[in-house]
Amino acid sequence: MSQLLDSIGYQSWVLPALLIIPLVGAGVLLALAVRGNGDEAGPARTARMIAFFTLLAEFIVSIGLWWSFESGSGWHASVNIPWIPTWGVRFSIGLDGFALMMVLLTTFLMPLTVLGGWTSVRTKVHSYLILLLVMTTGMLGVFLARDLFLFYVMWEVMLVPMYFIIGIWGGERRIYASLKFFIYTMVGSILMLVGIIYIGIQAGSPITGAPDFSYAAALGQSFSPAASFWLFGAFFLAFAVKVPMFPFHTWLPDAHVEAPTAGSVILASIMLKMGTFGFLRFALPLFPGAAMDPTVRAIILILAVIAIIYGALVALVQPDFKKLVAYSSVSHMGFVMLGIFALTVESVQGALMVMINHGISTGALFFLVGMIYERRHSRLIDSYGGIARVVPMFAAALTLVALSSIALPGTNGFVGEFLVLIGAFKTFPVLTAIAATGVIFAAAYMLWALQRILFNKLDKDENRHLPDLNWREIGLLTPLIAAIIWIGVYPAPVLRRMESAAHDLVQRVERGPQGRFPRPEGLP
Amino acid sequence: MTVLSAGILPLIQHAAPAAGAHPLAGTVADWLWLVPLLPLLGFVINGALSLFAVAHTGPSDPDAGHGDVAAHDHADAGHTLPGDVASGSHGDDHHPVARHRFAGIVSVVGPLMLALSFVLTAAMFFAMRSAHATEPFIQTYFTWMITGELNLAAAFQLDQLAMVMMLVITGVGTLIHVFSVGYMRDDPGYPRYFAYLNLFVFFMLVLVMGANYPVMFIGWEGVGLCSYLLIGFWFSEKANADAGKKAFIVNRIGDFGFLVALMMLFAHLGTMDFQGVAAGAPQMSTGVVTAICLFLFLGCVGKSAQIPLYVWLPDAMAGPTPVSALIHAATMVTAGVYLVARSSFLFSLAPVAGLTVALTGALTALFAATIGLKQWDIKKILAYSTVSQLGFMFMAVGVGAYVAGIFHLATHAFFKALLFLGSGSVIYAMHAAYHKTGSHEDAQDVRNMGGLRRFMPVTWVLMWIATLAIAGIPPFAGFFSKDEILTSVYARAHGSTLAEASWLGIPGSALLYFIYFVGIVTALLTAIYMTRMMLYTFHGPNRTGEAERGALKEAPWVMTGPLVLLGVLSAFGGWFNLPKIFTDFLPVGPTFALEHWLDPVVGEQQLAVTHGEAVHLSHGTELLLIGAAIVVAIAGIVVAWRMLKPEKLVPKADSPADEGFERIFAEKYFVDEGYDRAIVQPLYRGSRGVLWRGVDAGLIDGFFVNGTAWLARAFGWLGSTAQTGAVGTYAWVVVLGVVAVIGVFTLR
Repeated sequence: MSQLLDSIGYQSWVLPALLIIPLVGAGVLLALAVRGNGDEAGPARTARMIAFFTLLAEFIVSIGLWWSFESGSGWHASVNIPWIPTWGVRFSIGLDGFALMMVLLTTFLMPLTVLGGWTSVRTKVHSYLILLLVMTTGMLGVFLARDLFLFYVMWEVMLVPMYFIIGIWGGERRIYASLKFFIYTMVGSILMLVGIIYIGIQAGSPITGAPDFSYAAALGQSFSPAASFWLFGAFFLAFAVKVPMFPFHTWLPDAHVEAPTAGSVILASIMLKMGTFGFLRFALPLFPGAAMDPTVRAIILILAVIAIIYGALVALVQPDFKKLVAYSSVSHMGFVMLGIFALTVESVQGALMVMINHGISTGALFFLVGMIYERRHSRLIDSYGGIARVVPMFAAALTLVALSSIALPGTNGFVGEFLVLIGAFKTFPVLTAIAATGVIFAAAYMLWALQRILFNKLDKDENRHLPDLNWREIGLLTPLIAAIIWIGVYPAPVLRRMESAAHDLVQRVERGPQGRFPRPEGLP
Repeated sequence: MTVLSAGILPLIQHAAPAAGAHPLAGTVADWLWLVPLLPLLGFVINGALSLFAVAHTGPSDPDAGHGDVAAHDHADAGHTLPGDVASGSHGDDHHPVARHRFAGIVSVVGPLMLALSFVLTAAMFFAMRSAHATEPFIQTYFTWMITGELNLAAAFQLDQLAMVMMLVITGVGTLIHVFSVGYMRDDPGYPRYFAYLNLFVFFMLVLVMGANYPVMFIGWEGVGLCSYLLIGFWFSEKANADAGKKAFIVNRIGDFGFLVALMMLFAHLGTMDFQGVAAGAPQMSTGVVTAICLFLFLGCVGKSAQIPLYVWLPDAMAGPTPVSALIHAATMVTAGVYLVARSSFLFSLAPVAGLTVALTGALTALFAATIGLKQWDIKKILAYSTVSQLGFMFMAVGVGAYVAGIFHLATHAFFKALLFLGSGSVIYAMHAAYHKTGSHEDAQDVRNMGGLRRFMPVTWVLMWIATLAIAGIPPFAGFFSKDEILTSVYARAHGSTLAEASWLGIPGSALLYFIYFVGIVTALLTAIYMTRMMLYTFHGPNRTGEAERGALKEAPWVMTGPLVLLGVLSAFGGWFNLPKIFTDFLPVGPTFALEHWLDPVVGEQQLAVTHGEAVHLSHGTELLLIGAAIVVAIAGIVVAWRMLKPEKLVPKADSPADEGFERIFAEKYFVDEGYDRAIVQPLYRGSRGVLWRGVDAGLIDGFFVNGTAWLARAFGWLGSTAQTGAVGTYAWVVVLGVVAVIGVFTLR
């Protein structure tokens, strides 16, 4: 397979192609939108088809990365061309072990999001799809950027379409939610921009005075402990809001609940990963001294464990199923933060696995919520009850996905949480043991919700004639369920591809840049 | 199948070259992977039939009819209290509505897969017997997880202990599957039922065959999942769905312990393979080993329903009765005993942990037996009896008598499966009788039974065999296994690492005598409550009702047949491990067959507890102990027979409420209510009132986030009001500003 890919020069064009394909699709849709009306059934269908096949093509193009980048070490398929020479900004992209699975996750989920909103989005269909496509480019850009300035541009590029998607196609409180989402994320990332400019100037050429925003240059810098601390703080805020870490999480339930299905899926499955990805890519390797400061580390780890348990307990009492899933995300992302900051190869790998698995399972959960919402127009758990006998396929799918979300062994969810736990236990045994109680609370909130939706008496007349899943929905869920089982049973190929990046990170952070920041004392 | 083997076997051997040297390589044991795969295949087929058929039968709405009947009942039966309806829901075990259109295929696929699995296991047993393997036979299929120091293989292992479990699971499992054909055939969810049941057997086999702790954990949680699904099989009743959920969550508390134990093993040894842990265990400090053992035991406490996590098992009786027999008596709940025996290389190094296990087992045995004395629901009696018998098994494995524990596990699987299936037959008959007249009486309450021996003689005889077995009357199976447990506990009170250890300041020796004493008392209570159940169910006058009496009859042979086989096993199961003192006296079978069979797995660890010497009791002491056990068992039966008067019993509807001690037993010491008030409600209220409404919506979102937004707006408003447009005001402000600035600079 890799020979075949080499023969077509796959490496040299794949990453630019991934960024361009969605934009081409968006351009076509824009042209159609100018000519026709997306509110009518015919043109809307054509538009959906175009968007779906564009994103499917995107996925097919990206899938080659799985084979062409089997080693997962170093950078792959890089492209580096000048962009804004006077500012020292370059269009520099590349793939490493961290980005590989995130890119594949994104390209895998995006066609499904179009399918998921096939019938529920009926107004301004063209605009909606154009935003989805532009957002795809933005998200991939974030994962691929090897230039800090480019990273920031892409970070904002994905923010704007999401703002519109929530604000236009969202639920009743969509304006409040979208504004909150936007301002919250913006406030966090503005400081990061300041930090990026500072780094760029620091790394700049001392002769010409031109700044240098390349990632490699940033890695080569050594900042004074004070500068390192403040820079870490700036990046931390941006990423912590995005993760979201407790207590910066309150935008999430509102945004999730009000967003249309595709918005919720993208938000949960991909955008939240940007935060933890940012820690792996920037905050830890650039400022190891600050990140590994015992106090900073302790605060972050404690917040992570709080998020795990707090998220689960608050999820337990949510009357709205979408909100329940949103709080469960807070809990799951706590595991990711625990894994990253425990900083062992196993726990970082586990964190990456949880990122992937959360993307798949929570994405699937939001799709399922969307499906039932389309039928019944209620997200409230109490509106249901006993529907397993009316919609058995839906029930089977929801049960399976819920089980993967609560980390049942044999499903993907277990692999991630297990690796985080056994890895983190080596460095922080007590905190990790406390975090492990999260598995109990997870079972409590999820099974209780399942019971109130699927089981008990079928006592509401509106639910008696709900139609079961149709072929589009089955087709949409099948790849997700296949991924749940595959990663649960045979995660080794995925782990192998991420191992080298995780290993390098752990080594680099423990050593500090060029060994200038020795490991702080007092750490186990 | 040969095509399949040609395709897959080379792969396996390629993955595990070391297996080539094993005496079992090249024998039927190469097919090890097929043993769990067959039930998995059954799950796939039955599951597909279940989903496929429902999707095409059109609008089926059984609840609509159900609701109508309930409403109708309320109209013309004014005396029916709402409480009766609720209690009837969990008393009513059987809901025949309409036979599924694929019932025929399902009846073949479900039991057949398991029977094939059993045949294969039996073939492996004979291969093992002639191979004399001392090391486990390990098949590695692929790498499950690999990163950093972790290298986890998806691997199965076959050794003597796993073989015993596999025989019990597939053997007893097959009988219960066949019984289920009769019991469940008319249920509309029939394919779903068999899908879950097959899946359960798959996970149970993974549990006992896994070659490392994490693979075992797949099975461990997998059986919990199937238990959840099957307890809540009739999910339209809230009580059933509640019971399933409770089982899963309580089990998860135990699984948390299992997980922590795994983390500790990995942190200290870097491996979680059984072989690796066994090799590395002596290098760990006793404190660490003890901690690991106690966390593992927390897992056992959940899965095997010991104090304080036993509360889910009685509720689990909400599931169909064959499920109770298979999962909640014969196999899954014994997984904890298996785990301790499997981890004997750890527990034998940690006497304090061993004493904890034995003491927990003893107290649970006694506690559950007292509750069993006052239950009226036939399945609840058996459920508490199961909890109690599991306690006996933990007594054994706790004191390092692993063979005795596994022996009791096997005999218990026989007689308890028989008791449950027998009660299933009774309920089946009762239900059919009540169904005929449209009565909504409780088909599981022994007060509504009585005198059933006239209507169901075969079931009556078989259940008496099982009762004598569980009570410990020789020569039935339970006598030998229970006696071995009690003797083992007594024998280890001297000259063992346990006796020399101190448990929270109590000398181990004293504790062991106490445990022995508790065991004897429990044996007495066991005989009493079981005789009580038999008396009320089968003897005395019949209380079912005039109209229904005629409809009571023996179940069809597809159900009674498996009972007969289990009856044979319950009667003669003791032959698997006859003690020497018995064979000296009556040479009817092999001496200590199971002991010899399991020697390669647990022999060394058993000796470690007793300082390397086999347990030795004088002939006289041994006879005395056996005599005591027999006397106690007979006394129990006689006491119950003399004191209880089934003639005086009245049907459930007319019975007075219990009072005093009786009420405490009947209400199970109010433990469920206590947990609800002390843990469940505070957690729920705290999460809702404090965490969500207080911290999340109030403090973080309300005060900080929206507060910041409000502040920003307030500043904006201030700024905007200042812009009045009156030039005069602006001029004054400018002047004041200039004065202020100059003033500050000059005065500084």
